Amino acid sequence: MSHFLDRLNFFKKVTDTFSGDHGIVTQEDRGWEDAYRARWQHDKIVRSTHGVNCTGSCSWKIYVKNGLVTWETQQTDYPRTRDDLPNHEPRGCQRGASYSWYLYSANRVKYPMVRGRLLKLWREALAQKKDPVDAWASIVEDPAKAAEYKTMRGLGGFVRASWEEVNPIIAAANVYTAKQYGPDRIYGFSPIPAMSMVSYAAGSRYLSLIGGACGSFYDWYCDLPPASPMIWGEQTDVPESADWYNSTFLMMWGSNVPQTRTPDAHFMTEVRYKGAKIVVVCPDYSEASKFADVWLHPKQGTDAAVAMAMGHVILREFHLDGQSEYFNKYVRETTDFPYLVMLDPREDGNYVNGRFLRASDLADSAGQANNADWKTLAFDENSGNLIVPNGSIGFRWGEKDGMVGKWNLEAKESLAGAKTQLRLSVNEIKDAVAPVAFPYFGATQHPHFTCTQHDAIQVRHVPAKKIKLADGREALVATVYDLTLANYGLDRGLGGGNIAQSYDDDVPYTPAWQEKITGVPRAQIIAVARQFAENADKTHGKSMIIIGAAMNHWYHMDMNYRGVINMLMMCGCVGQSGGGWAHYVGQEKLRPQTGWTALAFALDWHRPPRHMNSTSFFYIHSSQWRYEKLAMSEILSPLADPKQWQGTQIDYNVRAARMGWLPTAPHFDANPLKLAKAAIEAGKTPAEYVVENLKSGKVDFAFADPDNPVNFPRNLFVWRSNLLGSSGKGHEYFLKYLLGTTHGVQGKDLGKDGGEKPMEVKWRDAAHGKLDLLVTLDFRMSTTCMYSDIVLPTATWYEKNDLNTSDMHPFIHPLSAAVDPAWESRTDWDIFKGIAKTFSEVCVGHLGVEKDIVALPTLHDTPTELAMPDVRDWKKGECDLIPGKTAPSLVVVERDYPNTYQKFTSVGPLLDTLGNGGKGIGWNTQDEVAALATLNHTVLEEGVAKGRPRIETDIDAAEMVMMLAPETNGHVAVKAWEALSKITGRDHTHLALPKEHEKIRFRDIQAQPRKIISSPTWSGLEDEKVSYNAGYTNVHELIPWRTVTGRQQFYQDHLWMLGFGEAMCAYRPPVDMKTIDPIIGKKPNGNPEIVLNFITPHQKWGIHSTYTDNLLMLTLSRGGPIIWISEADAKKAGIEDNDWIEAYNVNGAIAARAVVSQRVPEGMSMMYHAQEKIVNTPGSETTGTRGGIHNSVTRTVLKPTHMIGSYAQQSYGFNYYGTVGANRDEFIVVRKMDKVDWLDDETPSEASTVEAH
Amino acid sequence: MSYLDTLFFGVYPYLAGAVFLFGSLVRFDRDQFTWKAHSSQILNKKDMRLASNLFHVGIILLFFGHFFGMLTPLEILHAIGVSASAKQVLAVVAGTIFGVMCFIGLTMLVKRRLTDPRVRATSTRMDIFILLLLYVQLILGLLTVPVSLMHLDGHNMLNLMAWARNVVTFDPAEAVAAVSEIGFLFKLHMVLGMTVFLVFPFSRLVHIWSAPVTYPARPYQVVRQR
Repeated sequence: MSHFLDRLNFFKKVTDTFSGDHGIVTQEDRGWEDAYRARWQHDKIVRSTHGVNCTGSCSWKIYVKNGLVTWETQQTDYPRTRDDLPNHEPRGCQRGASYSWYLYSANRVKYPMVRGRLLKLWREALAQKKDPVDAWASIVEDPAKAAEYKTMRGLGGFVRASWEEVNPIIAAANVYTAKQYGPDRIYGFSPIPAMSMVSYAAGSRYLSLIGGACGSFYDWYCDLPPASPMIWGEQTDVPESADWYNSTFLMMWGSNVPQTRTPDAHFMTEVRYKGAKIVVVCPDYSEASKFADVWLHPKQGTDAAVAMAMGHVILREFHLDGQSEYFNKYVRETTDFPYLVMLDPREDGNYVNGRFLRASDLADSAGQANNADWKTLAFDENSGNLIVPNGSIGFRWGEKDGMVGKWNLEAKESLAGAKTQLRLSVNEIKDAVAPVAFPYFGATQHPHFTCTQHDAIQVRHVPAKKIKLADGREALVATVYDLTLANYGLDRGLGGGNIAQSYDDDVPYTPAWQEKITGVPRAQIIAVARQFAENADKTHGKSMIIIGAAMNHWYHMDMNYRGVINMLMMCGCVGQSGGGWAHYVGQEKLRPQTGWTALAFALDWHRPPRHMNSTSFFYIHSSQWRYEKLAMSEILSPLADPKQWQGTQIDYNVRAARMGWLPTAPHFDANPLKLAKAAIEAGKTPAEYVVENLKSGKVDFAFADPDNPVNFPRNLFVWRSNLLGSSGKGHEYFLKYLLGTTHGVQGKDLGKDGGEKPMEVKWRDAAHGKLDLLVTLDFRMSTTCMYSDIVLPTATWYEKNDLNTSDMHPFIHPLSAAVDPAWESRTDWDIFKGIAKTFSEVCVGHLGVEKDIVALPTLHDTPTELAMPDVRDWKKGECDLIPGKTAPSLVVVERDYPNTYQKFTSVGPLLDTLGNGGKGIGWNTQDEVAALATLNHTVLEEGVAKGRPRIETDIDAAEMVMMLAPETNGHVAVKAWEALSKITGRDHTHLALPKEHEKIRFRDIQAQPRKIISSPTWSGLEDEKVSYNAGYTNVHELIPWRTVTGRQQFYQDHLWMLGFGEAMCAYRPPVDMKTIDPIIGKKPNGNPEIVLNFITPHQKWGIHSTYTDNLLMLTLSRGGPIIWISEADAKKAGIEDNDWIEAYNVNGAIAARAVVSQRVPEGMSMMYHAQEKIVNTPGSETTGTRGGIHNSVTRTVLKPTHMIGSYAQQSYGFNYYGTVGANRDEFIVVRKMDKVDWLDDETPSEASTVEAH
Repeated sequence: MSYLDTLFFGVYPYLAGAVFLFGSLVRFDRDQFTWKAHSSQILNKKDMRLASNLFHVGIILLFFGHFFGMLTPLEILHAIGVSASAKQVLAVVAGTIFGVMCFIGLTMLVKRRLTDPRVRATSTRMDIFILLLLYVQLILGLLTVPVSLMHLDGHNMLNLMAWARNVVTFDPAEAVAAVSEIGFLFKLHMVLGMTVFLVFPFSRLVHIWSAPVTYPARPYQVVRQR
């Protein structure tokens, strides 16, 4: 009753003694012990996860006590795996375990925050104008007023506001921008929907309804490996981590599994006990290296040389001299090895490999009436004939009658259906031995990478066959197999030079050759390659390569990746359980994708949505192109005629955009709403009208004049992202041009510096502060928030309901609201719902029902992927401007602006009338919409949405995703497989029939993570026999890869691939970014300056998951930004561990502490990416402003081969193909700081400096 | 003056004492988790051992010095042959030694609490207040030493003892009468001393109740019955 009275027991306290009075038994009060018991008593325990791009996707228990989240622990109730396979748990790492810190931390955004100066202007304007849209116009159209708040971005000055006040500002800005400049000037950036699908969909649904553009992220992050779409026509598909356990030879190539895949690493460590060998290829002594049986450490950026040399060994020992029966069958049936390539004669008498031989090249199109340009040929060993086998991309679209159902990998001739055995090499039946010229890039000079002394053109002998073309000409053809052997420099007895008999010959791509470049001893290359192949031969493909973003962030990432993937294809590993390409970068796998796209892009109301590739968008709009120093002539093939290949990166992008290859945002230098209006007034269809004006030059693409104010992106939404603190490559250019505020750019633009200026783009004086409004949604005050005009407080991952999936495991599981959103925060769904509502009110009088012209590029997995078999530019007069063929499609979308809110909160009718689908197949979805109507109830209010199923809450939205997706609804899965079966002519429904009646609901996954149902959206299976493995259904169900040949392609035959010398894999050294010379030694501080390669890997204390502002994690490291350097370099620069150093180049500067470690090889530095500049970051001596983030020293560079479109697998897809933001070829100057200035005062002063130690 | 004397030396002692006892009781019963010394040693250990020990040893001995000095009946002192002036000399000498010890320790602690950023940031207002209160009280106590040295006859001390004895024997009128001749400095010291008792239950001082005095003598194993 009373603690005090309970203790008044002095006379009967001791009741007994024991052990000879050494022990006593007392009767003291034990009530206090309840405190410890209550420690594990909670109001409730809720399942949630971290909506974060860390790939872990771990299910967690969130503990709530007295209404507050106390902590979290790992969930351990995943469904079991099968016999002989370890279970998934424990999943969850130290980063996730520290997340609850954020909920009540000082860094939490608790209220809507607005830049004070903007709010003042707004209140004044609103009082004057009354109408919010007019008020907004009066601010942004007044240069002085606009500059007043734009120039203060990032410098503090936020004030607290209410939702009722900020929503009208945002809505008014959107309405004004759409009305005045066009809805395509409103941009949204949010990454990785798989980490919180509904939250992503909230913003993208709003933007898609009003006609804003959603920006891609996977390519922008440079996590998208362009090699994957090139080779497979697949964005990225990878094995789940459990499949590592099925492997018997694991290579971790530039992937730091224990550090960055912590919850999955156990499968890797466990399989070692089963006897699997582990080889690590990594320049630094990473955590993964410690697990290696063999650790190869090539110089960073030279991985392609290692892969090429290994490929050389594999081809020699398992394809040429020795023969593997398994490999032979695999490459013959599943790769383009047997397919024929034209050999084009050159003026010097040599030949050069050209494009694939097409049915249309032959007389009568070889009997192919449909898509003869898109059907490839090979020789049949059985009949000796030149045949068109099943499965090339031409069979996918538009076939009729008897030709339907030939898009498959059956070894059949397509016309008569005769069984075939394709001929790998024409050597036995050759008509000639052709001297074929191959480009060699390894001789390119680079200040920091070793080059070799070989000729830039390597002529090698290739066996060839003569064939007769339709026009009567004779032409030489060779198989990809024969070309590949020559490309790898293998001597096969055909004479000629530049080939190797022995591994010790110094000829490109031998193990001896690579030693100079990579530093890896040849014996190691030979041993690893031999074991890799031997294992694959014996196990039928159980050699696996786990690979990470590390290698993909180099400018020539395709070469690194294609080199590695070539090894896997040569050894029959792709699509085999325990084998293949395991590329893990971010949480890309949005398993219920086709259910989600309908919600996310409002496909239920309007089609098509506006999508944009962010790399090009940011490159252009943050004016990074104005500083471009990497000339395209530097990377052109030595075999290409430079006169035919002129222009800078942005020129190529502009060309790609106007040919309909890449998307645009904004589209044109005119408002699409006004264009449509003008067309109607002129009595024309909008498409006709735009075509006419494009041809006459009255209308042009916005990218051709990015500094013209009509072409600015005006509004930017950032949610679930830290664009300016993490992924914004060329950070300082963002600040200078897009935001128009304090920045650290050190270089001069081409106007002042006099470099190669673009040809297709108008050069004007630079525009600053292009964005009128930057709105960021976050739960923490991130670097991006600091630069925003409005910051909206979102619910944390423990305060909202959402869905989460990952590449790493086959489960779908939820984020759940353990507690309500704290303070004034709201879920992303509610925030955008609120904005949509205000928008619908504010727009009245400004926007009504409007026609909007969407310029849609040709798209992969649609019939338009066959738009351009040969490159033709209408602007150069090479063809007519035909939308959807030689230019973007021009689609009219009718937007009902005042009904935006009604549409946002209900399921639209297009799902009933047009159905749903993805990846080239479609199905009817009326049953699912009807089921949603009963589940979510229907809209009762009058209006456009009356009677439609509701999507009021985030759970409603999640139910919509799961109801529509084949992965979570067995009926849909069966329908999807049926749809695919029609095209392939093979019955695939058996893959889903056993689960037909399974329907996964939100409450199901709250009870336990659920394994998804196999669907044709993905190339792997989820069943009791195999773990998820990419390409599995291609190999085992004979579903073609979505490439030109329908097979995995060693060979890329697009004109631009040939022009840039990448038809086949080659070693290409890193490019010279030229960012050091103009600045080194120019701003001395007395300390020695050294030059290091700048590498930005994933970190240990916050791999996206928690950010680098989490005190619990910061405490485990140095508590602020750090850069790792080697002991040797540190000595040269007089730097000791933990010294304050500065890293800079012409792009900007970083201030950080040095970590001096033996881990790092000489010449390289590592700065874990996404370290916030808001924590413990002093000023930079070079820029005079606060030290930047890792991207302060980088700048985006584009590669033309990634812009290719309208060409089967090389066609644009959102986050699928397109330009990528490479950043590892960058170098920095590193030096010890002299004075550390924290810039803590109102104005910088001498007083705040302390010794730099 | 006598009104104030009555208030401060006749009423205030009982007020402070009542708050001290009942306050402690209530806090002990109602707010067990706050019943602690709230040590900040984890935040900064520098010189903590020296400062804390000097302070604690000093103040504990000062407390017992005052306790026995004030409340030991005169009869016992006479019986063992200690004269008033001898007792006063003893009190002055012992008080000075332990007072100086305590002063050094407390000075270090005050400086630490106010200037160490971690300690300062985690201090409550009461933490700082109680520390400064003790500091002022100690200084006042030390200031009485030279005054005492000016009249070593023990007369003043006997008055003080009379006051204390009358307070604890519930004779407030006599107690007030006993302080009529006592100097202002002493009075101030006394009032502040009673104030320490008054705020005691609201501060970290409650840990004094729970000093683990029996700890060194406990058996090796203590098993609590269910």
